[in-house]
Amino acid sequence: MKRRSIWSWLWIVIGMLYFILPLYSTFDFSLRAKKGVLSFLAYQRVFEDPNFWSTIKFSLVIAIFTIIVSILLVVPTAYWIRLRLPKLRVLVEFISMLPFVVPAIVLVFGLIRVFSGAPFFLTNTYFGTYVLLVAGYVVLALPFVFRSVDTGLAAIDVQSLTEAAQSLGANWPTIIFKVIFPNLRVAIMSSAFLTLATVIGEYTIASFLVGIKSFGPYMSLIGQNKTYESSSLAIISFMITWAFMGMIQLFNRGKADTSALAGAR
Amino acid sequence: MAYLSLSNVSKVFGTTTAVEDFNLEVEKGEFVSFLGPSGCGKTTTLRMIGGFEMPTTGVITLDTEDITYQSPNQRNVGMVFQSYALFPNMTIGQNISFGLQARKTPEKEIKKKVDEMLGLVHLEKHIHKYPYQLSGGQQQRIALARALAINPRVLLLDEPLSALDAKIRVELRLEIRRIQQTMGITTIYVTHDQEEALMLSDRVVVMSQGRMEQIGTPAEIYNYPSTEFVAQFVGQLNILPVTQVNKKDGTCVLAGQQVKFDQSFERSISETPRLAIRPEEIQIGIGEGRNTLKGRVETVMFLGAVVRLRVDLGGVMLSADLFNERNITLPRAGDEVVISFPEHSCWLI
Ligand SMILES: Nc1ncnc2c1ncn2[C@@H]1O[C@H](COP(=O)(O)OP(=O)(O)O)[C@@H](O)[C@H]1O
Ligand SMILES: [Mg+2]
Repeated sequence: MKRRSIWSWLWIVIGMLYFILPLYSTFDFSLRAKKGVLSFLAYQRVFEDPNFWSTIKFSLVIAIFTIIVSILLVVPTAYWIRLRLPKLRVLVEFISMLPFVVPAIVLVFGLIRVFSGAPFFLTNTYFGTYVLLVAGYVVLALPFVFRSVDTGLAAIDVQSLTEAAQSLGANWPTIIFKVIFPNLRVAIMSSAFLTLATVIGEYTIASFLVGIKSFGPYMSLIGQNKTYESSSLAIISFMITWAFMGMIQLFNRGKADTSALAGAR
Repeated sequence: MAYLSLSNVSKVFGTTTAVEDFNLEVEKGEFVSFLGPSGCGKTTTLRMIGGFEMPTTGVITLDTEDITYQSPNQRNVGMVFQSYALFPNMTIGQNISFGLQARKTPEKEIKKKVDEMLGLVHLEKHIHKYPYQLSGGQQQRIALARALAINPRVLLLDEPLSALDAKIRVELRLEIRRIQQTMGITTIYVTHDQEEALMLSDRVVVMSQGRMEQIGTPAEIYNYPSTEFVAQFVGQLNILPVTQVNKKDGTCVLAGQQVKFDQSFERSISETPRLAIRPEEIQIGIGEGRNTLKGRVETVMFLGAVVRLRVDLGGVMLSADLFNERNITLPRAGDEVVISFPEHSCWLI
């Protein structure tokens, strides 16, 4: 018993070091912009850069659209599969995992090839390009959005709830928006934050479609040109991601008793 | 024409025939149970009435309207599930008002109806709670209230008490009957529990392998089972091998001893008929105008209200249920006894 716990502690410590050491040294380095003293100068410079704010704002907006589109796409789809086409679930789950297998670079070339020419000409306008960008991100987000929504659906008795609502006279929009969506709050929120974190830091698709306008390519540019600022930017983006992760935890905790009820009976 | 009618209804799933040639007429205000073992097609039949399955053949009419292919949300039929199926994200009050809101009922009326329904199931003070804060029995009452709030034309219940413990189950079935009677609502009740079906129903439909075996009042089903399946499924039954059957005189020989049976009720279809008799018809001791047989007690089981004996009639085993009394003198295993039963109590099967 005792031996076991010593070993597990050792592994935890090794894991933490693996994770924390690089982060710590990056942080330490980011504080050395001024020679000889530790200072937040690099951070100050980042925050004073208007491009930092404009790119992060752009990526946030794109992320929000991505979230809306992917939730509206995935929730009804996953719901319908659980309700009427359970045999297709394995196939759809496999398809939703494809972005893990297909590299982003392949995806973005495919998107550009297909949609920049006739009859779409999407890349000819800013708007069209943004649409393409959101579409690409929806695909990237698919694995975790589908997984999380599907798990959420597994926790509620989809068929009985649907039939109860139907027998009470509800139509499909009422069922989906008043019964299904509210019971998937936790799943939707956690996949939303994951999507947000992913989209904000995404580089490949963004750099090919919109370039320096978005946060990922901006970070990369800074990384190439400004030594200390790039470290501070890395820390900042870490903080942002962690903040989102923290919010997921918060949501999960806050709704813990409600999800227990959905699981029970 | 009956209020609710199913004519020649069948349902085939791939290669399994879940329901076959089902015919049923239910009067307004009637309480009808579907009773049968698991997998016999009770739920499927109920779901066709609710609109959740489309019949492969046949017609379903409700209140003179053909509803065979009508979608469930157009039918105005209340449904109660074994799993309660309350909406976890809504309070009790919101659950009950859900159907009324879907009908765009004015707020004021909704409020009135919700209060009325909560009063009916005696759960007024729980209106602001969430389903998970209630016990199983309370949740099922709310599910009942929710289904009734829309003034459904028919109330459908699919094994509503199966998930509850014995005590609550008995309590709640009395409650269901009371509410059904006060509202006079036409009800179809699916169960595999014969006690439930017999106690609650005006009429019982006994089903087996997708077919209706018998339909009748609880007493008819119990006392005059029309098939061997019904006789065996509802209550206990001795089925005993007999010889020298004389249908004209109504006599046969059971374990070497002559027995008279009820000639007017013959349900045997096989070449070698057997004698059927309920254990509770049998008494210890001789009686006037009764079949009397000798045997030896094999086992004695004290079950509380009844004492169950296994009696060996000389190669043929028979169960006999005696009603318990405080001053009962129980026979013991090995005792030689004389048993008797009325002539009209046994029939050929
Ligand atoms: N959706 C379905 N697909 C295929 N077979 C089904 C389906 N629903 C029910 N069945 C089959 O139909 C038969 C009757 O089922 P059911 O009506 O649920 O019985 P019960 O409610 O009496 O237990 C069973 O053999 C069951 O396996
Ligand atoms: Mg069933």
